[in-house]
Amino acid sequence: MRIALVLLGVAIALALPFFVYPILLMTILCFVIFASSFNLLLGYVGLLCFGQAMFLGLSAYIAGYLLKTTGVSIEIAILAAALVSALLGGFVGFVAVRRTGIQFAMITFAFAQFVYFMLLQSEFTGGEDGMQGIPRSDLFGVVDISDSRTFYYFVLAMTALAIFAIYRVIHSPFGEILKAIRDNEARVESLGFRPERFKIIAMMISAGIAGFAGALKATVFQFATLTDVSWTVSGEVILMTLLGGMGTFTGPMVGAAAIIFLNDELAQFGEWALIAQGVILILVILFLRRGVVGEAGALWRRMRNRNKG
Amino acid sequence: MTTEYALEARGLGRKFGAFWAVKDVDLKVRRGSIHAMIGPNGAGKTTCFNLLTKTLQPSTGSIILNGEDISRLRTSDVATQGMARSFQISATFTQMTALENVRVALQAGKGTAYRFWRPLGSIAHLNTRAMELLENVGLQDSAGVAASDLSYGKKRALEIATTLALDPQVMLLDEPTAGMGHEDIEPITELIRKVSVGRTVLIVEHNLSVVSSLSDRITVLQAGQILTEGNYAEVSSDERVIAAYMGGVEDAL
Ligand SMILES: Nc1ncnc2c1ncn2[C@@H]1O[C@H](COP(=O)(O)OP(=O)(O)O)[C@@H](O)[C@H]1O
Ligand SMILES: [Mg+2]
Repeated sequence: MRIALVLLGVAIALALPFFVYPILLMTILCFVIFASSFNLLLGYVGLLCFGQAMFLGLSAYIAGYLLKTTGVSIEIAILAAALVSALLGGFVGFVAVRRTGIQFAMITFAFAQFVYFMLLQSEFTGGEDGMQGIPRSDLFGVVDISDSRTFYYFVLAMTALAIFAIYRVIHSPFGEILKAIRDNEARVESLGFRPERFKIIAMMISAGIAGFAGALKATVFQFATLTDVSWTVSGEVILMTLLGGMGTFTGPMVGAAAIIFLNDELAQFGEWALIAQGVILILVILFLRRGVVGEAGALWRRMRNRNKG
Repeated sequence: MTTEYALEARGLGRKFGAFWAVKDVDLKVRRGSIHAMIGPNGAGKTTCFNLLTKTLQPSTGSIILNGEDISRLRTSDVATQGMARSFQISATFTQMTALENVRVALQAGKGTAYRFWRPLGSIAHLNTRAMELLENVGLQDSAGVAASDLSYGKKRALEIATTLALDPQVMLLDEPTAGMGHEDIEPITELIRKVSVGRTVLIVEHNLSVVSSLSDRITVLQAGQILTEGNYAEVSSDERVIAAYMGGVEDAL
């Protein structure tokens, strides 16, 4: 049953670029990764990072810069950018991790604003204009993947890789300690663990994967802009996660797809995209507290229990 | 390492602002004994526990575990040194199953806890021990149940199983029967008696029948200070204790 569903998903993913504009699909995939990286912290460690965009945006610039100025192949540029992002995540974590709740959110927010300012002032980013003309360099230095549809399959494979990485972390011995910290940090400490260490590592992983998404996005659009570092993106990823269901594995992916698709549909109506987001947020908070996937899961369990007797 | 007293506090004190929640507490817990700490609400019992486990930093005094000064250790290191505690407020990992709860503790002090790239199967060998610990507290049938779905009594039993997973030499139990109905108190008392064999236990408890049946020695705390200490007969006949505490309880009964 499960395998059949996964196979169906794979088949759809492979066929989609023949029916839908590949750039839209690739944007969705980038945000699927991004929202999942955010949910790793919020849903599985209980940390609300209100600055996740700093990892997305910084990596986009770094990958773009590497591809523009050096001859490195595309996967090296993406991995290098993700690594820098992970290091930034580790540093932010080191400073912020002793705080919880709103204080943690505010510290991460401050860091993100600082990164935004730095990137705005730096020369290599192109400031307000952004960084243009990022090449889709050959994969492994030899395989030409620059055509849109081919590139879609590359992005799809990278997404599968990133999602698998998150799945691995959540379902690992380490992941169990993360969930325990989320449920009761003081108790974890009293059992002999150092929760702050686990949280810093989780921040590094989350930031690395968010950075991976950002670097990928830069190669999709072939430009990087300050929008990717802005606090509206940090806010949007919260909306995606809540809409899909925080702490569920697939929820943030569904949420990301829905929001990106909606933004695209409503783009022609200008401000309406924002208004729609606001309305969705209110509806989710009022009626779908566990998010779409969370509520569906709860409904499914209720029905199964009823059928059992 | 076989000192006569497993745990000692010397001149232990803690100030909140100008208020001493715990003051000049000298405590000696004999190895292998069950030592009770009683006293009215707000006497400073939980604060004492927080100080002993270094959840709170003491303002004065020192803490000696197995003859070694642990006053400067972190909470997590205190656990590693062999002293584990339970909490007054139920402290389970609510969204995790009973088995997972215990398995978290079994990972303590092991390198496996940091392995984020390994599948859960890599710690499957801990399941046997986790099941034993659950059986020990009568939770073998609830292994797959989320902690939040357990009854109150079972949650407290799960906490004890989790604490025992550390195999601590010294165990601090903060009101293990708090909020329990009569039907749960008897089994939990028996459970504590059973698991305290070969360990040293310091227990905060309001239920005096539990105290009298379990403890070898009793320290009475009042307004942050030790009022008196002795066995049940001595303490319960002490005029000051009756006035400060027991009288109040008996009135309430
Ligand atoms: N973190 C704190 N800040 C300020 N006052 C505290 C704190 N913790 C405990 N107290 C105070 O210390 C006193 C002792 O509390 P506690 O140790 O919880 O008592 P008990 O466990 O004996 O009922 C109480 O008056 C309580 O209000
Ligand atoms: Mg108390």
